[in-house]
Amino acid sequence: MSDAPDLRPRPAPKNPIGKSQAAPLEPWRDPNAKPYVQIEKVVKRFGDFTAVDNVSLSIYRGEFFSLLGGSGSGKTTLLRMLAGFETPTEGRIFIDGVDMAGIPPYDRPVNMMFQSYALFPHMTVENNVAFGLRQDGVPKDEIRARVAEMLEMVKLTPFAKRKPHQLSGGQRQRVALARSLVKKPKLLLLDEPLGALDKRLREQTQFELVNIQEKLGVTFVVVTHDQEEAMTMSSRIAVMDHGHIAQVGTPTEIYEYPNSRFTAEFIGSVNMFEGHVVESEADHSLIRSAEAGCDLYVTHAAHLPEGSRCWVAIRPEKVSITKDKPAELVEGRNVTRGVVREIAYLGDVSIYQIDLPSGKRVRATAPNVTRRTELPITWDDEVWLCWRPFAGVVLTD
Amino acid sequence: MAAHLPVRPPSLKQRALAVTRRLGLTGRGGVILGPYAWLVLFFLVPFLIVLKISVAEPAVGIPPFTKLIEWVDGGLDLKIRFSGFQALFEDDLYILAYLNSLKIAFVSTLCCLLIGYPMAYAIATAPEKRRGPLLMLIILPFWTSFLIRVYAWMSILKDEGLLNNLLLSLGIIHEPLKILYTDWAVYIGITYSYLPFMILPLYATLEKLDHTLLEAAADLGARPWKAFLTITLPLSLPGIIAGSLLVFIPAVGEFVIPSLLGGSDTLMIGRELWNLFFNSRDWPSASAVAIALLAFLVGPIMIFQHFQGRDQDKGAA
Repeated sequence: MSDAPDLRPRPAPKNPIGKSQAAPLEPWRDPNAKPYVQIEKVVKRFGDFTAVDNVSLSIYRGEFFSLLGGSGSGKTTLLRMLAGFETPTEGRIFIDGVDMAGIPPYDRPVNMMFQSYALFPHMTVENNVAFGLRQDGVPKDEIRARVAEMLEMVKLTPFAKRKPHQLSGGQRQRVALARSLVKKPKLLLLDEPLGALDKRLREQTQFELVNIQEKLGVTFVVVTHDQEEAMTMSSRIAVMDHGHIAQVGTPTEIYEYPNSRFTAEFIGSVNMFEGHVVESEADHSLIRSAEAGCDLYVTHAAHLPEGSRCWVAIRPEKVSITKDKPAELVEGRNVTRGVVREIAYLGDVSIYQIDLPSGKRVRATAPNVTRRTELPITWDDEVWLCWRPFAGVVLTD
Repeated sequence: MAAHLPVRPPSLKQRALAVTRRLGLTGRGGVILGPYAWLVLFFLVPFLIVLKISVAEPAVGIPPFTKLIEWVDGGLDLKIRFSGFQALFEDDLYILAYLNSLKIAFVSTLCCLLIGYPMAYAIATAPEKRRGPLLMLIILPFWTSFLIRVYAWMSILKDEGLLNNLLLSLGIIHEPLKILYTDWAVYIGITYSYLPFMILPLYATLEKLDHTLLEAAADLGARPWKAFLTITLPLSLPGIIAGSLLVFIPAVGEFVIPSLLGGSDTLMIGRELWNLFFNSRDWPSASAVAIALLAFLVGPIMIFQHFQGRDQDKGAA
């Protein structure tokens, strides 16, 4: 353990939902911390198809870790290897320091919540939840008590005697959760846990999941394709693409400091300007972009030789849109002009689509601070777009 | 006022529709009518004829039984005799034959289940490409005449048949086993003949079984054997019941297999029925045996299916 306080900037709390936990915050920053799950150079091939390609990951105790990716990104295969349903073609997986090679699913200290929930249709809710405990030969009284406690936690006590087909989707989801948690696993794997729920129920359940995870101190590894879900719940996210890990980091890191065009475009929306490096210094970089119609001044080192091709990613909410020429700026730097083509009024914010002279379409979001703007920006208005030097991120691929 | 519009006379099609509607015949009714007509014509009517014969008395002549209603001395004479049914209870041959038929059918059904379940399971869990050919192999024997297959078993099971020769040459036995013309041969014959009827419904339920349920069971700590007992077996119960009924019901009344493979002491109700009809020419008694057999089987099966139907309603998603 390092006693020196970490003075690195930490722009947002680790968990936006406001998680307060006893476990050390951000154990992945501690070089001495021992990972609970260690995935070492794991490859999984199905015939000619490589589903998971040389993935290494460390997941720490008490984390809410998300594997985020589109379909076919290998996230579910990775999860199934942790559960023991698939065997890695190459590489090793350690859980709590034990090599999982050759250990069948029923002997692993891991439980899984299935995407389809996989509730046993011929058993009542109660028996579904009790199933895992019965396999371990837990005494009957204890089974009864623990099942009751679990059903209480997921608020399903009145439904104990029902069969799965007599429940709603949300109730089934909670039975599946209770069943996977009743054995008090150290590690819970969740495959698209909220995928089958409608939007409102999903948002509500996100909070419940985080609360339960916090209460029980279980390590969660969640597979999801929903970036908003991953951002809301996770301590860290691994963005996966075609079997690789594109980036691992906290939601803030992933959003604010994407390391590739893939991550930047996968998480949220982004404006991507192609250009080439004009100045490359330790404290700033200057990128000339014909697409943007101006030079892009970025206050971080690009570590790129001058003249090399690169992209600058700027999030829409960091682009400010004005009808008048903005003051306090260097001419031709981080400022450009365009014509408003589309406006989407979402209530809290408005999304503007602006066409630049280069033909590039830029997206800018602005909060609707006042009820009726004095000089509302409307279709076909010519506007100024500008952004702060810290807004952009230089990317190479 | 509006002028009178010329009313077009209804077309032929419209008139035809009106007629059928007046008869209470809709499209759906029309579709169901076919099977109903078939059942009435080829099941209900013959059944009623058999019922009628069962309450007649044997007589010398053609047909060899008395008439139900006769014109005697200027009046209608309704003659119902229960002598056929009486014989069932007076002669314990029939009771024994019934019981033995039930026993043979039960044991054969059990054998079919024990052999058929693993086969159905293996086919259902085989790679999808291979399932078709495997099912084909199960159905293939039907393409050969049933009688020929039973005769083939005779040549396999007889004293100097294939099986005995094989066992003798391997030195497992030193004198031929007496299998043909015993109950053993009947068990083998029925199990062999009815096995596909067990496998097909079992396959249908096992194939639909959600594999993630077994993964979930394993994940919760169930070893494969335990997962089979607690998940696969209960969920395949509808297939087990359907398959067992398909084997058990025809096996009880089986005639060909016991008469070809069974010994003279193999009592089965199907054989007794045959004897009554063709050897004793006692049609009323034979009909009574048939009616009693039907009553024996229909009662329990209806109760069984009632409960099964209720269970399935509960289990349906």
